[in-house]
Amino acid sequence: MEFFLIKLVLVLIVFLVSLGVAAYSTYAERKIAAFLQDRVGPDRAGPFGILQPLADGLKMFMKEEIIPTHADKFLFILGPCIMMMTASMTGVIIPWGHGLEINGTFYPVQITDINIGILYVFGVVSIGVYGIMIGGWASNNKYSLMGAIRASSQMISYELAMGMAIIALIMTTGTLSVREIVEQQHGIHWNIFTQPLGVIIFIICAFAECNRTPFDLPECETELVGGYHTEYSSMKLGFYLFAEYINMFISSAIISSLYFGGYNFPFIDQLGLSPNMLSMLGTLIFFGKIFFFIFFFMWVRWTIPRFRYDQLMHLGWRVMIPLAIVNILGTGVYVLFKNGQLHF
Amino acid sequence: MVLLSTPVDYLPIAMMFVVAIGFVLFVMFATHWMGPKHKSKVKLEAFECGIESKGNSRLPFSIKYFLIAILFVLFDVEVIFMYPWAVNFAEWSKHGLAAFGEMLVFLGLLVFGLIYIIRKGALKWE
Repeated sequence: MEFFLIKLVLVLIVFLVSLGVAAYSTYAERKIAAFLQDRVGPDRAGPFGILQPLADGLKMFMKEEIIPTHADKFLFILGPCIMMMTASMTGVIIPWGHGLEINGTFYPVQITDINIGILYVFGVVSIGVYGIMIGGWASNNKYSLMGAIRASSQMISYELAMGMAIIALIMTTGTLSVREIVEQQHGIHWNIFTQPLGVIIFIICAFAECNRTPFDLPECETELVGGYHTEYSSMKLGFYLFAEYINMFISSAIISSLYFGGYNFPFIDQLGLSPNMLSMLGTLIFFGKIFFFIFFFMWVRWTIPRFRYDQLMHLGWRVMIPLAIVNILGTGVYVLFKNGQLHF
Repeated sequence: MVLLSTPVDYLPIAMMFVVAIGFVLFVMFATHWMGPKHKSKVKLEAFECGIESKGNSRLPFSIKYFLIAILFVLFDVEVIFMYPWAVNFAEWSKHGLAAFGEMLVFLGLLVFGLIYIIRKGALKWE
């Protein structure tokens, strides 16, 4: 019974934290955009505009819901719901910290540690494509349909290279459990040092999967009005936008746990703190890494212009996939060499 | 090291599912109830640049997108086949080159397929 209670509390905390981080990411995005473009940004709601996300959320609630007459009503509502569901489901397998020891019992700071962790993330993320496709098709708007087709085509193309980047990582770690991968990176033995090419491939594909600039063709304003969510209003639009920010948060968490050591940090053994303190410090540092990657997402958005569609597909199929294959081969040779099977 | 998962480990995923679906349904009903409702015929038309929209949008689209989807299915299945091998590779690589050699054959076929579709022009966008 206690087990279920702890898990339920953790589930609620992770859900609320991802909502909170997503809400404040919108604020951070506007502030960073303002900073990079030499503007002030939102500064009216509360000190430094800190209440802006709450105001935005309330506005989404109070707006009129519009379902166009030609739209397929059920699918029109289902689209954003699927998007929001899949975005919030992926946080389950991420290890947020090593764990706390209270009264002799060890409580890991992770909702669940399943041995197919990474495959679970891939599975759930792929369902997200349906959210966009269903929403775009049900709108019965030509721009929405084009946006949705572009989005699904882009996401499935980059999923291949992403899967291959992960294969190279798994060849060195020998497990699919995210927690175990993080535990193996104790101290400064981060996977980025054995997988430098894999990190680059994974981060680029994560950008494409989140539909972030320079891969934001599905909602390219200059060509497609608003892309797949042109017809949406009220909280249904809110769900689409919100899901994008939650996806960004989760991708940052996955990038930092797979390649950048998760809650590990250098000199972890030399500090001489108690395990519980170290674990809490680790969680803080993990969030620091996550926020850095969220910042990186935004930084890139306001620096690099978007691709043309043929360039996007060219990059996905003719550059990323061959690079990922080369990475797998290189990793194979590296692992064999490390295990003394190859001699030069 | 082998990490075994029991069905209990999957239970929190179901909990998360219930929490997420509860939140989504609650918000959907709340916004439906809270927002104003002033419908008019023009407002409910499809929004396409403000110009009057012509015809249905269930149009045929470029075959390229369909081709990409088919190729994705092919390649994704091949990628999935590599996962069990990748998980065991760290262990197998301690006992000789056989595991790597076998995967080289598989990867060779995959690269051959990729070169074939590129030469066929399946990934050409004009």
